Amino acid sequence: MTGTGFLSKIKGVWVPTLVVIAWEVVVRLGWVNPQVLPAPSAVLIRWYQYLLPLEPYDPQTSSRWAWVFSGELVRDLFESFYRVMLGFLIGGGLALPLGLLMGASRTIYDYLNPLIQVLRPIPPIAYIPLAILWFGLGNPPAVFLIALGAFFPVLMNTIVGVRAVDSIYIRAAKNLGAGPVLMFRKVIVPAAMPYILSGVRIGIGTGFICMIVAEMIAVNNGLGYRILEAREYFWSDKIIAGMFSIGLLGLAIDTVVSYLNNYLLRWHRGLDS
Amino acid sequence: MSETQIEINHVSKVFKGSEQEVVALKDIHFSIPSGQFVCLLGPSGCGKSTLLNAIAGFSLPSQGEINVDGKLILEPGPDRGMVFQEYALFPWMTVEENIVFGLKIKKEDPAKVEQKLADLLRMLKLSDFRKRFPKDLSGGMRQRVAIARVLALDPPIMLMDEPFGALDALTRRSLQDELLKIWSELKKTIVFVTHSIEESIYLADRIIVMSYRPGTVKKDLCVEIPRPRNPSDADFNKLKRELSEMVMAEQTRFEQAQLLGSTGD
Repeated sequence: MTGTGFLSKIKGVWVPTLVVIAWEVVVRLGWVNPQVLPAPSAVLIRWYQYLLPLEPYDPQTSSRWAWVFSGELVRDLFESFYRVMLGFLIGGGLALPLGLLMGASRTIYDYLNPLIQVLRPIPPIAYIPLAILWFGLGNPPAVFLIALGAFFPVLMNTIVGVRAVDSIYIRAAKNLGAGPVLMFRKVIVPAAMPYILSGVRIGIGTGFICMIVAEMIAVNNGLGYRILEAREYFWSDKIIAGMFSIGLLGLAIDTVVSYLNNYLLRWHRGLDS
Repeated sequence: MSETQIEINHVSKVFKGSEQEVVALKDIHFSIPSGQFVCLLGPSGCGKSTLLNAIAGFSLPSQGEINVDGKLILEPGPDRGMVFQEYALFPWMTVEENIVFGLKIKKEDPAKVEQKLADLLRMLKLSDFRKRFPKDLSGGMRQRVAIARVLALDPPIMLMDEPFGALDALTRRSLQDELLKIWSELKKTIVFVTHSIEESIYLADRIIVMSYRPGTVKKDLCVEIPRPRNPSDADFNKLKRELSEMVMAEQTRFEQAQLLGSTGD
């Protein structure tokens, strides 16, 4: 970092600002069709409308807070967030214990690994026809796909993490009198935690992609559905507003996971700054 | 001296490699009375750590047996606290969590755990670091925590596998002095593996020199120099010369074997 003034602190602002200005100018000058690429100002206005409540405020039927959060965007954000969390919790929740078992026991690993190696390369998206056939439309197939997307990254990382536990910790714990259950809870799981958490991060990311795709196909709300719906009406400004909303939700989730990661691994050498 | 505590009974250990068998220990036979400070001395590959691991119960002898207080050793146990060269502290636990780990397993009364923790933190000068994680400690500090963690269970026997090998000379000397103090106050039996001749003379009541492959007892001697010992004294240096010849002969055999590419490690 050179310089400590205000101007040097906002270095990262210049390029995006220039891009937005250029974009606005190009549309205003009529160089591109605004139906194809709307001006950023139009996107911003549309975004604001998308955020606003649909009905006027009526104290008879709802409270102030419920009204503020009754806009379409807020509901879509909530629906999408709920789906990705539920799917991740199911997928990760199944993968974690299975991964711990497969990492700890060679026998269990040998029984299950071939099946996993066959299923793992199939992208979760390829399960869409089957998911709809099995679960119909709505939340169930979407959650199924998200869970599938989160499952394998968490599973594979947990297996590797348990296997990578340095045997000296196990010897030290045995020497101090630890039995198998305590060994697992207090030694193996914490030692494998850096790997497990990187699996969680990848798993949420994959689940997030699956969430958008599933919403485009199987559900009629959520951010993925909304941008596909906007395309049908040729609302390109709303498509772009929706895309930025998706990006912000993804960023928010990743930031929270990253904080969690840093907190749980505060003992870890790699985080020395 | 008091009664026999560790009895090593014609112990041999053979490691079966893919190409050849390595005889790490061959017919080791001696016993250690309780309260004695014993150093196992020898070059790399002489089986001193293998013998220590056998006493700890991590890997059992191929032949012969080891008894502690008359009981056959079949598995690790908190009566034989082990201090490793690599510290082996649990990095996800703070200093105090590491120290009380064994006590929590024993389901000790919390008030007693707290008292013991306070005593150990004071004894090993760790009070200011109790909430720190191991990554924030120096090597010497980490080894103090490892010693405190073992002492928490008050084991009659302490097994130490080159515990000060990775430390700088000054830190090593001060930890050696503290270990001697702990040993004389708490009356532990200590089996201490080292390849440092000076360290063994400085610390031990008795030095057992081991030979390189097969690991056998080459010399078993008592150090009669009164404590505190001074490494520049004539007696100290006389013994050091004597032991150097013995150990260097084994070191030469180890180096030749390495040149021939016949070592397992």
